[in-house]
Amino acid sequence: MRETPLSNCERLFLLKAIEEKKRLDGRQAYDYRNIKITFGTDYGCCTVCLGKTRVLAQVSCELVPPKDSRPTEGIMFFNLELSSMASPGFQPSRQSELLVTLNRQLERCLRNSKCIDTESLCVVSGEKVWQIRVDVHVLNHDGNLMDAASIAAISALCHFRRPDVAIQGRDITVFSPEERDPVPLSIYHMPICVSFAFFQQGTYLLVDPCEKEELVMDGLLVIAMNKHREICSVQSSGGIMLLKDQVIRCSKIASVKVSEITELINKALENDRQVRKEGGKFGFAESIPKERITALKREQAPVEMKDIEETADEIVREAEAPSEAVHSPVIVATGTGQVGEGLQNTWGLEEEDAEEEFQGGMDGKEKKKDEVMVISDSEEEEVVILKPEAQKSKSRRPKN
Amino acid sequence: MAGLELLSDQGYRLDGRRAAELRKVQARMGVFAQADGSAYIEQGNTRALAVVYGPHEVRGSRSKTLHDRAVINCQYSMATFSTAERKRRPHGDRKSSEMSLHLKQTFEAAVLTQLYPRSQIDIYVKILQSDGGNYSACVNAATLALVDAGIPMRDYVCACTAGFVEDTPLADLCHAEESGGGTTLALALLPRSENIALVQMDARLHQDHLDALMEAAMMACKGLSKVLDSVVRQHLQEVSVLTRE
Repeated sequence: MRETPLSNCERLFLLKAIEEKKRLDGRQAYDYRNIKITFGTDYGCCTVCLGKTRVLAQVSCELVPPKDSRPTEGIMFFNLELSSMASPGFQPSRQSELLVTLNRQLERCLRNSKCIDTESLCVVSGEKVWQIRVDVHVLNHDGNLMDAASIAAISALCHFRRPDVAIQGRDITVFSPEERDPVPLSIYHMPICVSFAFFQQGTYLLVDPCEKEELVMDGLLVIAMNKHREICSVQSSGGIMLLKDQVIRCSKIASVKVSEITELINKALENDRQVRKEGGKFGFAESIPKERITALKREQAPVEMKDIEETADEIVREAEAPSEAVHSPVIVATGTGQVGEGLQNTWGLEEEDAEEEFQGGMDGKEKKKDEVMVISDSEEEEVVILKPEAQKSKSRRPKN
Repeated sequence: MAGLELLSDQGYRLDGRRAAELRKVQARMGVFAQADGSAYIEQGNTRALAVVYGPHEVRGSRSKTLHDRAVINCQYSMATFSTAERKRRPHGDRKSSEMSLHLKQTFEAAVLTQLYPRSQIDIYVKILQSDGGNYSACVNAATLALVDAGIPMRDYVCACTAGFVEDTPLADLCHAEESGGGTTLALALLPRSENIALVQMDARLHQDHLDALMEAAMMACKGLSKVLDSVVRQHLQEVSVLTRE
């Protein structure tokens, strides 16, 4: 199914708001939405909620023969999938541009930056190495999938534990988690992507665009950095023209954001480790908030009811009279269909009408004002219309 | 590949160039008679061929038609014999799709698409020999092909790669330098206005070095634009001489 296109008035509204430095959800230009990182019961499973965007990453490992060109290094494999539940526009069969872009960006951010020590994944050189596979699934699309995916992927990699291996000559023994504790991966640094959306040919810049802002933007600049202020990847997309200073400025903003996000990831990892050590409950089921109403209790809230009648009358008196919205109300009785706007019939009677208007002038118009046109198929001759009379103010006395 | 020295003490690179020197560029326009525009470029050992068809009516799905602009359709492919090992999938894999997307975005920004509403411009690029700087060679070849086809553009689009070794930025990397593990920055620039159409960087680089690296890439692009300009003027001269007779 195709995605609902954005209407022109929505587009204009968003652009105007951005010009006045306002965003739909009230954020500042350089603010991120709320990031929530939760881990599952298995090692290597992580869900990231960036505002309403939700992404799930799972890491798994397997012993395989290595590549011929690199016999002493392990293999990293990344795969991102746009689940159909994320957005009505995502279809499983289509190889869309977005999918290719996200996959390639994730690969470049994590593989080329060498965040994981692939040499430590080697078991028997030339014969058996670990293949680490990261699968990222997009569960809900509300903009900025790239950042959410990169945070999820790196958190999952930090959380993952691979089985311990013992080598005796050529024999490899893989220990199950019960026999020996699984071993974490050796991660050098944590690259995190930060997305910048450009509007009005590069005049305005927003960090972490939501879905509506993404539909309106001119182009996107994704900078992946780690907390040591090293840039891991830069990618501009969309047909925007950038200046060198803009890119430098974005990299400075990105370094600030990345250090904040890295702190958050470390805290989440630490929390999870604590909970597991203490033997408490962990996993997704625990972290999803139970939005269930278990009791309805309202406190007695005192309301000022003194002199309410006088104040109400005053307000009514000082208020302006409502403007006459409809000159001649057209009432459609129940059971009638109608095509058109219900204005006066202008078919073929134009000449007569014109004459009438010319002669009648104001009289005719005044008459039309009072007259109420009723369109109805009912065969009743007389139609009674109830006019709203001036109601006597019924005051409510508070129950004492 | 730790033993490979990308920059020697005297300041010479693997192929004997200086740090900011570009590779030798040779280009030809009007290589194919059938196409509206075509060009062939050699940057060192990297050879790329670009062919432009258009502007013509939108073929295939009519739904792609834009009412106020032309649609640019790019396809990037590598010949199977272009790399050291035979390439099994010349096009359709993720890297080629990504390259095609990037080329499309670069040229959508540079070509004056408003002049051709409801039409399509096809750009096909093929790498015949790959020795680093694939994207740059494609962009330069496509620029020349568009000029050959007579399609109006804002400015020449010049692309170049740059790398960083021991605090020295290198311009125009070859394959060995790219895969040596250092930083690679690919930049597509419109030289006169200094607008960057596309910037792409892989591998780690400290934030403070970004400025120097981008500056080196921009200087290389400007140098390249002069070369492309001279190629275009020479081609025009040749063609006008032939038609006069």
